[in-house]
Amino acid sequence: MINHIDLSTVLRRTVCDLYSNLVTRPTGAAVRNAIETQLAELGGRTVTVIDFSNVGLLDFSCADEVVAKLLLPYCADRPPRDAYFVFRGMSETHLDALEYVLERHRLALVLQGAGGTPSIVGAVSDTERRTWDAVLLLGTASRGDVARAASVTDEEVDALLTALARRRLVMRLDDLWVAVGAPL
Amino acid sequence: MTNVINVPPSLDDVTFEQVLEQIVPLPADAKILVDARHTRWASPFGLTALLTLAQSRGERPSFASPEAEDTVSYWTRAGFFEHAAELFEIVGNAPRRKSTSESDVLLEITPIAKSDDVHEVVGRIQQKAQHILTRELNLDAKATMGFAMTLSEACQNIVEHAGRGGWVAVQTYRWTKRLGRRVVVIAVCDAGVGFRQSLESAPGRPKSDRWDDAMALEEAVVRGVSRFRDPGRGQGLAGVRRYVGRWDGKLSVRSGTARIAIVPTWDDDVALKENLPQFPGAQMQITIPERAAGVR
Repeated sequence: MINHIDLSTVLRRTVCDLYSNLVTRPTGAAVRNAIETQLAELGGRTVTVIDFSNVGLLDFSCADEVVAKLLLPYCADRPPRDAYFVFRGMSETHLDALEYVLERHRLALVLQGAGGTPSIVGAVSDTERRTWDAVLLLGTASRGDVARAASVTDEEVDALLTALARRRLVMRLDDLWVAVGAPL
Repeated sequence: MTNVINVPPSLDDVTFEQVLEQIVPLPADAKILVDARHTRWASPFGLTALLTLAQSRGERPSFASPEAEDTVSYWTRAGFFEHAAELFEIVGNAPRRKSTSESDVLLEITPIAKSDDVHEVVGRIQQKAQHILTRELNLDAKATMGFAMTLSEACQNIVEHAGRGGWVAVQTYRWTKRLGRRVVVIAVCDAGVGFRQSLESAPGRPKSDRWDDAMALEEAVVRGVSRFRDPGRGQGLAGVRRYVGRWDGKLSVRSGTARIAIVPTWDDDVALKENLPQFPGAQMQITIPERAAGVR
């Protein structure tokens, strides 16, 4: 199931209908709580598109509260639910704050650019990035196909795909793998 | 007996120390008159620090306004008298109402006490900052959003840590003496608990032999340590430092008896000053210079 959350709407509804900037920790915490409430109402595997298109400014504190604290529980040993995230509508200045926060927490996320092409940003190694790009390119792929496309061994690809799945960047469909954000 | 505290002719983060040196020997409830009659110019730091000074006194201080009309006019446009009237006994006549003409002040002195105040100043600065930063200071358009982010994080330091309200002001001016270029300056001052006490309140904080205001500033400003255990904390000041570094700016933070600075090549300030006159809270100044022609 694909779920869409417009952050500016959440901001106006939960904090103040005059605000368009995601600044301050209390604001970020309120917006994150609203997102979590919405996610809790959904069952099964979900992909949630979090849309920054109408957000003006994003500061470091709010990026930490909205994005990092949202993602962290899902990258832990026991994620609260089978949820994946795609971030959309981010400007260069949003990314400036976000990349710093992701790096600090060693997190990464899937970003959908203006043309609709997904990419990953944050703390990822070159091999992880190459593996993720291979999965995206292949669409739905077996571990063997991914290993060949990413030029890694079969042993390495298991560890890489498991790590990417734990970080909610790829999902497993039985014996196949698909990149989060890939057109289905 | 009223103790007269002379304000220097030019009041900024450096000369404000002269004001504090006169105050330190006095008890907190001593009656003081802050005499600014001969003051001709004040930076945003100077103006917000004067308000903070009044906040820190047990006895409501008196204030003698500058004699120069253009100085009074500027201080009025900057919103100084509007707030000073609440904190000082103003000696003589001082205009309380801001001029109705379009202000040349980028952000008038604004009280910061809660998260909503930060939203308010960020919203206001965005309207004016773009034109000034890109046209007058030759900064990249990207610098505008970063500037608002920096302002937001600096103000949040009050909301999150000070324990009482403070003040913010932003102004551009030509800094002839030091740089010969225009600068934009953010001043954020409070008379709250300060960095040392804030960090002392961290649960399970390891005790060290050397612990003072200077070390607290080093931990918070240089190492990004916060009183909160949350690993995401401490990013605000780190973000401010990053922005200042990217645009060849300067950051200085004073708290208690120490002052730390991230000093660019165009300035000869020292990185750490200790044994300054005790002053409560934290006082931050961020200076971003005009981009010299040809620099990308």
